[in-house]
Amino acid sequence: MKIQLPDEAERSSLDGLPEELLARMYHRMVLIRRFEKRVNELFLQGVMPGTIHLSHGQEATVVGATSALRADDWINLTHRGHGQALAKGVPAKTLMAELFGKVTGCCRGKGGSLHIGDVAYGALPAIAIVGAASPIMTGMAFAFKYKQTGQVACNIFGDGAVNKGDWHEAMNLAAVWGLPVVFLCENNLFGVSTHISDVTLNERLAERAAAYRMRSTTVFGNDPVAVYRAVGEAVDRARSGDGATMVEALTYRQGGHKRDDPATYRDQSEVASWLAADPIPAFRDRLLSETRVGEGRLSELDAEVESEIEEAVQFAMDSDEPPTAVALEDVYADQA
Amino acid sequence: MPTKRETRNLTIVQALREAVREEMDSDPNVVVLGEDIRIGGSFLFTLGLHEQYGDERVLNTPISETGFVGLAIGAAIQGMRPIVDFQYSDFLFTAYDQIVQEGSKLRYMSGGQVSIPVVFQMPTGASGRGAQHANTMETFFFHVPGIKIVTPATPYDAKGLFKTAVRDNNMVLFCVHKHLYGSKGRKLLDTGTGHVPEEPYTIPFGEGLIRREGADVTVVANSLMMHRALEAAEELAGAGIEVEVIDPRTLVPFDTDLVLESVRKTGRLVIVEEGNQRGGWGAQLAADVASSAIEYLDAPISRVAAPDVPIPFSPVLEQAVVPGARGIVDAVRMVLTGYQS
Repeated sequence: MKIQLPDEAERSSLDGLPEELLARMYHRMVLIRRFEKRVNELFLQGVMPGTIHLSHGQEATVVGATSALRADDWINLTHRGHGQALAKGVPAKTLMAELFGKVTGCCRGKGGSLHIGDVAYGALPAIAIVGAASPIMTGMAFAFKYKQTGQVACNIFGDGAVNKGDWHEAMNLAAVWGLPVVFLCENNLFGVSTHISDVTLNERLAERAAAYRMRSTTVFGNDPVAVYRAVGEAVDRARSGDGATMVEALTYRQGGHKRDDPATYRDQSEVASWLAADPIPAFRDRLLSETRVGEGRLSELDAEVESEIEEAVQFAMDSDEPPTAVALEDVYADQA
Repeated sequence: MPTKRETRNLTIVQALREAVREEMDSDPNVVVLGEDIRIGGSFLFTLGLHEQYGDERVLNTPISETGFVGLAIGAAIQGMRPIVDFQYSDFLFTAYDQIVQEGSKLRYMSGGQVSIPVVFQMPTGASGRGAQHANTMETFFFHVPGIKIVTPATPYDAKGLFKTAVRDNNMVLFCVHKHLYGSKGRKLLDTGTGHVPEEPYTIPFGEGLIRREGADVTVVANSLMMHRALEAAEELAGAGIEVEVIDPRTLVPFDTDLVLESVRKTGRLVIVEEGNQRGGWGAQLAADVASSAIEYLDAPISRVAAPDVPIPFSPVLEQAVVPGARGIVDAVRMVLTGYQS
């Protein structure tokens, strides 16, 4: 079964959006793309340890979503989390250092690519078990509601999670207790090698929300503004005490599941159509044609990104390895 | 003469109910959630709690162990102190991933960025309900770093340790044997009571107790098995054998020093636990004692535990599998004489 893209008519309007916001979105999308390209190079050079899961092609979804959140709202990160972290504002430097396993990393070198995150930016360190973050983010929302803080929890998950029990239990709890959660599905069509249509009959994963009497919508995830508007509405409802919403963003993982996956299992026409719908050049063109953000400003932002990333790489390379004693720390709170 | 007030006796479940109320009264971030807790849960831990604290702080959950355990973890990260009441600790398995992969590791993986203060109230052990409601759950989690495990045997300890558990900044598995609560069906019992002072108190983790002093053999036993060990010690005293009974009270952290000190005196050690023998906490203790005090041992260390089978239903079979005073007496005689009787 082919997943139909939402047609042009469903796409967003830029009306009423400040150009500074649009420029910031562009900056974040490029930052994520360039950061991950650089990470890929470093990984292939054998300089960076571990395993990495890249999110090329999915940048618009996380940038659109986090642009609709406040700094004190929380997201979780998934195993494909570099972009999510950067989108929420985690600095490239400490993120890069973490990928190198350095002690200056956001998790002191103990998380790595699969567990990056920084609570100072409301980015829960990544949980690399599919679906497992959904109950936890629901719990954060419970705390926000209980303490009346006005914060919102945004649970990010992939299409794979919608067939996990954790996710269903969390959806139901969030619905029945009216919790301020936005369930954001990054539907990139693939769980590793398995196409979502091979394992799920729903034409839209957002249909699942109806089972819990939860509102939901599907948007084109390569359009940051469409995601921004949909998540923004969901956030407003959550913040005003009107409960949870599921937002499904249709997007695409341009590469394989991880670095050693050539992704030859994909339908080549599907790959081609999604590569043609690459979110970054599309948004760039849109800004140039529909706003007063000109080529000069965009080039400045591009250059900013390059220096930010090189600074991050330098910081990471120059940082110390963790002292081995660090391996025995952080098991318990209040640990002597 | 002790006054009436000083000798107030409660069951474990009464002591726990008092502890949870004291902690809820002193800290608004403490909430309780679980299945059927409006009617008290399975062992009446939450009896009357909903009437007193209402829907906001006493949350009756759907049968979604993964969901509400994960929810408790998330709420804890945001500064709450949830108490998750399990009807039967056996149901924790359906939330095993949340507890082991998320709850116990998030602090570590994040380099210390989060704390997860959650207490799991867990009725454990065999009690005539067949294999799926009879797990000695403390053993399953004993292997996992990042979790603390408490197994009180008396009402006094239950209350003091529970209050410590609620105030602890980590996940705490609070395991009470189903036979020890002092409740049966939907009724509170008046058996199994013990002294609980009215003044608030806490008991630190990692401090075992010598329940009975003796010079001949050290018996380490927790939870229900501690009571079986005391029965065995009483019987053996009649035969002139003085058993020292040690109750570790918490398995993680474990008061190994107390055991070592006793073994250096008695030269003999019997370790009793209800769970399956293979890989039990007793195996760890045996290894620790062997590596630190083997020169003091006058006999091989003996372990009394369930054989490596699930718990059968037939009361006769269950009794045959679960360790009792008889097996402890035999083990003590064996380490003393090389003969069971």
